[in-house]
Amino acid sequence: MNAAALRSTSRLTGAALRALLVLTAVTGVLYPLAVTGIARAALPGNAGGSTVEVDGRTVGSALIGQAWNGPDGRPDPRWFQPRPSAGGYDAPASGASNLAATSPELLRLVEERRAQVAAFNGVRPAAVPADAVTASGSGLDPHISPEYARLQADRVARARGLDPAAVRALVREHTRGRPGGFLGEPVVNVLELNAALHEAAP
Amino acid sequence: MSPILAGVLQVSALVAALALVHRPFGDYMATVYTSPRHLRAERWIHRAIGSDPDAEQRWPAYLRAVLAFSAVSTLFLYLLLRLQDRLPLSLGFRAIDPDQAFNTAASFVTNTNWQSYAGESAMGHLAQTGGLAVQNFVSAAVGMSVAVALVRGFARSRTGTLGNFWTDLVRGVVRILLPVSVVAAVVLVAAGAVQNFAAPQEVTTLSGAVQHLPGGAVASQEAIKNLGTNGGGFFNANAAHPFENPNALSNLWEVFLLLVIPFSLPRTFGRMVGSVRQGYAVVAAMAAIWLCAVVAVTALEYAHPGAAAQAAGGAMEGKEARFGEGASSLFAVSTTMTSTGAVDSAHSSYSALGGGVLMLGMMLGEVAPGGTGSGLYGMLVIAVIAVFVAGLMVGRTPEYLGKRIGAAEMKLAAAYILVTPALVLCFTAAAVALPTPPDSTLNPGPHGFSEILYAYTSGANNNGSAFAGLNADTQWFNTTIGLAMLLGRFLPMVFVLALAGSLAGQKPVPDTAGTLHTHKPLFSGLLVGAVLVVAGLTFFPALALGPLAEGLS
Repeated sequence: MNAAALRSTSRLTGAALRALLVLTAVTGVLYPLAVTGIARAALPGNAGGSTVEVDGRTVGSALIGQAWNGPDGRPDPRWFQPRPSAGGYDAPASGASNLAATSPELLRLVEERRAQVAAFNGVRPAAVPADAVTASGSGLDPHISPEYARLQADRVARARGLDPAAVRALVREHTRGRPGGFLGEPVVNVLELNAALHEAAP
Repeated sequence: MSPILAGVLQVSALVAALALVHRPFGDYMATVYTSPRHLRAERWIHRAIGSDPDAEQRWPAYLRAVLAFSAVSTLFLYLLLRLQDRLPLSLGFRAIDPDQAFNTAASFVTNTNWQSYAGESAMGHLAQTGGLAVQNFVSAAVGMSVAVALVRGFARSRTGTLGNFWTDLVRGVVRILLPVSVVAAVVLVAAGAVQNFAAPQEVTTLSGAVQHLPGGAVASQEAIKNLGTNGGGFFNANAAHPFENPNALSNLWEVFLLLVIPFSLPRTFGRMVGSVRQGYAVVAAMAAIWLCAVVAVTALEYAHPGAAAQAAGGAMEGKEARFGEGASSLFAVSTTMTSTGAVDSAHSSYSALGGGVLMLGMMLGEVAPGGTGSGLYGMLVIAVIAVFVAGLMVGRTPEYLGKRIGAAEMKLAAAYILVTPALVLCFTAAAVALPTPPDSTLNPGPHGFSEILYAYTSGANNNGSAFAGLNADTQWFNTTIGLAMLLGRFLPMVFVLALAGSLAGQKPVPDTAGTLHTHKPLFSGLLVGAVLVVAGLTFFPALALGPLAEGLS
């Protein structure tokens, strides 16, 4: 490379570096700070992670699913149970199983979960809905389908010695339809439902 | 309401919103890239860069600026990741390994956002917002600049100049991406996305377990990640993570964001070449392919073929309850066909043929509607090929928008379309032929092959989504996918800018009775045909070994 070409290359590289630094200041510093400022002023609850408080204590986020196990590490019948999770509801390890729809391993897991959910809730295996036997995309799905929630109501009522009709009413109260009437699917938020259950019968 | 009717209404609402917005937005972008005036903030930025914003560049100078900026960006991001442990706001995460830092730097600078790391357990606040999110902005602006340079090549005559890269880059960021991102991010926070700079928050749940809730500038990154068709998730689960995509409304908003620039740029193109109908012929071809893929994947997911999905009674593996099959399929098709690569569901768990359509969407060269800028310039190269084929049929010298498509132009267009198939097929063949790379696959048989094919297709086409069962954090995959991303981004840009320079230097050919009408529906049909024949057929043998073999067995 001759001297003139070298000079022009270094001039261009300098311009590129300065452009990157200026744009980093604008889009990497000013922009996120501005959005954070607006978010904290206007929507502090959402910006902070939509935390849920029970008895004045933060018990989780309405958006991040949790495992509802007993001290033995097995599903606790006194709580509504979430969907299966590829990461065991470990919040810093989000992710899916990535198993194929034709995977023999997934087929085995689905059959196992169907039998387990049916036995746990005392229902027919055919009554278990798809979301109860499949792991979510995030591994942190905070929701279950209304069908899966209704299926669990009697078992929860039994375990807590509550009136099944009261638990079913709680499920109805916490069933959210599609936003706007046609977006996504109807769901029940497990933490909100369990928190309401806890407040009704601690 | 049945899920299928809800799904149809959802797609209709999206199409209506895009139809409403593309006109003012496309016209606005045309003004941005043609206005002689500079904003005061832009003048300050140009003074800092040390560039004259009004200096016209010929194509080699424009290309050198693109490459210099991208090379400096790659090196800067690489160092930021390598030195993470010694820089502030690292949240205690260690430095990224050399092969992964190279892969990630190449990935974000090329607008791919392939991720062989998990964001919440590897990247601190500085790396996320000061490094990765910055590239979300500037890589998108680079893509739009190159597209606009090609459009100027068609619009201008008897001049060798294509505009000024620094001006196009700065305007794309300041006037288009930044303002829309602020609005988009606030909407996402309103839906529930988090936005803070806090460390993970420890809580004790009602059942007595301890949970660590992550924080971060998520909404601000999510907005530009979709708007710039980047796709790199703040978290490993990407847009399936409830903190990135809290409900079905935010889901539709994100799909809208990732489609709005690619579907509006043809209007910008039409404005700049002086005939909006030319833009509509292009957008019609894009929309037709996109809609066919939406219908195909949605129908396949509702039907949920595959033994495991049948046993479950629905294709809900890897999908979130709040989205279901319909909203997930809409997102999946839109993200693969815009080179975004964000995912709100696990593509690997889609039905074999549904996953095959997603892969084909990328293999078509990301032109329906494609990434920010790259979709438009990709489709215009296809248009050059389409008029050439049409010219051969009737024995006339092909022309497009008053420019003669001669041997030089055709060589550049042909070189452009050869780049990604060559990268995808050669790297995939090497990976399956070597002894260790196949060990990275999760699923057995054809699906394992699909995981590798998907990875290189995603990398070379700058998409970034994955059949994420593949363990891509190995030296082989980090290095080869990194190379595929760099070559798949910048080699085509060389050919596009050379083509633009050659077109801008021509004098216009007058319209005659024999001129092919490129603003009519017939030409849109020709474009769709060219996309399918040129790009689709190249990959048919590879698709037959992966998704077709799996779906038909």
